Amino acid sequence: MLGIVRQKMLEQSLKKIRPAVSVLRSYSSAAKQMTVREALNSALDEEMSADSKVFLMGEEVGEYQGAYKITKGLLDKYGPERVLDTPITEAGFTGIAVGAAYYGVKPVVEFMTFNFSMQAIDHIINSAAKTNYMSSGRISVPIVFRGPNGAAAGVGAQHSQCYAAWYASCPGLKVLAPYSSEDARGLLKAGIRDPDPVVFLENELLYGESFPVSDEVLDSSFCLPIGKAKIERKGKDVTIAAYSKMVGYALKAAETLEKDGIDAEVINLRSIRPLDRSTINASVRKTNRLVTVEEAFPQHGVGAEICASIVEESFAYLDAPVERIAGADVPMPYAANLERMAVPQVEDIVRAAKRTCYRSVS
Amino acid sequence: MNSASCAAKISTQPFSLNPTSPASHDRPLVSPKPASLFLGSTRKLRLSSSSKLNLHRRSGTVVAVSDVVKQKKSKSTHSLLITKEEGLELYEDMILGRAFEDMCAQMYYRGKMFGFVHLYNGQEAVSTGFIKLLKQQDSVVSTYRDHVHALSKGVPARAVMSELFGKTTGCCRGQGGSMHMFSREHNLLGGFAFIGEGIPVATGAAFTSKYKREVLKEADCDHVTLAFFGDGTCNNGQFFECLNMAALWKLPIVFVVENNLWAIGMSHLRATSDPQIYKKGPAFGMPGIHVDGMDVLKVREVAKEAIGRARRGEGPTLVECETYRFRGHSLADPDELRDPAEKAHYAARDPITALKKYLIENSLASEADLKAIDKKIDEVVEDAVEFADESPVPSQSQLLENVFADPKGFGIGPDGRYRCEDPKFTEGTAHV
Repeated sequence: MLGIVRQKMLEQSLKKIRPAVSVLRSYSSAAKQMTVREALNSALDEEMSADSKVFLMGEEVGEYQGAYKITKGLLDKYGPERVLDTPITEAGFTGIAVGAAYYGVKPVVEFMTFNFSMQAIDHIINSAAKTNYMSSGRISVPIVFRGPNGAAAGVGAQHSQCYAAWYASCPGLKVLAPYSSEDARGLLKAGIRDPDPVVFLENELLYGESFPVSDEVLDSSFCLPIGKAKIERKGKDVTIAAYSKMVGYALKAAETLEKDGIDAEVINLRSIRPLDRSTINASVRKTNRLVTVEEAFPQHGVGAEICASIVEESFAYLDAPVERIAGADVPMPYAANLERMAVPQVEDIVRAAKRTCYRSVS
Repeated sequence: MNSASCAAKISTQPFSLNPTSPASHDRPLVSPKPASLFLGSTRKLRLSSSSKLNLHRRSGTVVAVSDVVKQKKSKSTHSLLITKEEGLELYEDMILGRAFEDMCAQMYYRGKMFGFVHLYNGQEAVSTGFIKLLKQQDSVVSTYRDHVHALSKGVPARAVMSELFGKTTGCCRGQGGSMHMFSREHNLLGGFAFIGEGIPVATGAAFTSKYKREVLKEADCDHVTLAFFGDGTCNNGQFFECLNMAALWKLPIVFVVENNLWAIGMSHLRATSDPQIYKKGPAFGMPGIHVDGMDVLKVREVAKEAIGRARRGEGPTLVECETYRFRGHSLADPDELRDPAEKAHYAARDPITALKKYLIENSLASEADLKAIDKKIDEVVEDAVEFADESPVPSQSQLLENVFADPKGFGIGPDGRYRCEDPKFTEGTAHV
């Protein structure tokens, strides 16, 4: 059965290589629509039913059905021993989950937003990420930290930071950032099965968005590889690399650019650590131009790392300097118009791509 | 009952015994003295131990064991607390801890050991008193002062010494070091450099014991966890968070506070609004006990009760052990702030000397028996040093190993195997 799944996935990928007009929405057979929220919920449900060592822990995950309703229905199904409502003690309950993971149970810790993970970051980095190394392989930590990351709408500076770069700089962690429902399901299942600590960065604004999913994705053993990016749209003129919500913006930008005769290749990073350098480099060697897009602060960010990787490995192939699109270098403002200016928009990506193609100086 | 007589002693004792100096711990219990004489003036504290012992009020349902024991010891005819075998086992463990730490100091000054090394001299009664009551499956979580906890738990002296030397035969193959002792086999979960970090981890280990029993249906899983930490940690937020959750979920854990009065150079009294740590237990719904941590037998009695409670599923306990470290905070600490009189006072209460006296007075062992143990331990420690000296340093390839449990870090596929082993995964396309 699994062999058939793999074969079907291969066929699926072959189908995607054929050019499609409206990129994301119309490929493949029997497309059912699924929101990212449903994808995450079903992934958690399936993993919890497959392995009784998996349990959930976090604020409001039980009776409230999840602060963003991601864990809806799981308390009723699995009971309070496996879906634990915690007091407001990030440092405490994260540490408890890590200690439990030392003993082989598989906690999935929810942070109401990743901003709150800063209260628990000592445990994520020092007790979870570094332990397999410090104990020289004797104690592994099969834990998943998940929750919404990055900007939402009008939530202000302390609720809007993106933590991808911070966590991805730490060896011992795997950092995943899904975009579509397929990504959400596949990567969360992969993360839960993984024997290492995984930081799973979701996006609040994507929870309600619907994506088509094929039967393979709906299968309960569906899993995506950690560390492999996905080429959402093939192109030949410029590579646009993005993760999470910015993938959607990049795809819209690609549509706009197509009208101006620029054929953009959009890469959905999916995995920030390990970063899929080979895919990005292969793509840049083909197109010779790169735009990186992220919502986070620009300094020391994911875009900076990708740029460094390209310069180290594919410098001779670049025809134009790398363009980095990132959030504004300010704490997130509250006013709606300022907020819009502090986060990349589709026009910014289009302009950046045109700059790399020397079609524009602005 | 005991508490009534204690209460009577509480208000009178300090006046009669300490005429020349202001009160120590019992600040809230006596008429107010000017605060300036007391705060930061560590010279005046820690006087005769008897006044200290009678001051604490017991909380929760646990009997005031340490007072009971104290009174028992003063009578001439009483049942012994330990058998000869147990006595020798306790003695051997404490001597091992002491000899090992002294050897660590020597090795450090000879350059064989490096970095941060925190020694446990003087506190052996706590480690031995608690850990020798555990089974192998029970867990111990400690701080950076973890060498002796590792030894008491059963990690061979050779493995600990090699780890300190940074050799590949160490318990963590040289990758952890002094502050990060881990042993899967002996259920020693570290070794944490950040104080307070080990407490939630220990609570998690206790959580797993309960989870295994209730969800995974391993009905006989009654593993207990001990969390060791110091007085400074008791002001940290994580400590309180875990007291709350452990009591809330009735986890099988014992929180052992090794109150040695000093957090590097910060006196416990200068840092804490209410220095009586055991009182923080009842605030969260668990018993809080204070015990003389320089007396291994008293510690053992209290530990039996607390570990028994946890094993029976009655929930957590907070045990405050009044103890002292004879050396500085670490080998790099010049230890200038502590009053020599205080150090002398506690040196006179050396737990090893006390146990030795007890064993000999009660005819449980002879001088010759104890000398034989001393000699044996000396040999064990010397052998550990030789072994560590001769062991190889880690090879270069070990640098990049074990960052992930999953060898190349790419996750597990739907067939349950590592993705990186799947040839298709590493082929050109980025699609699934």
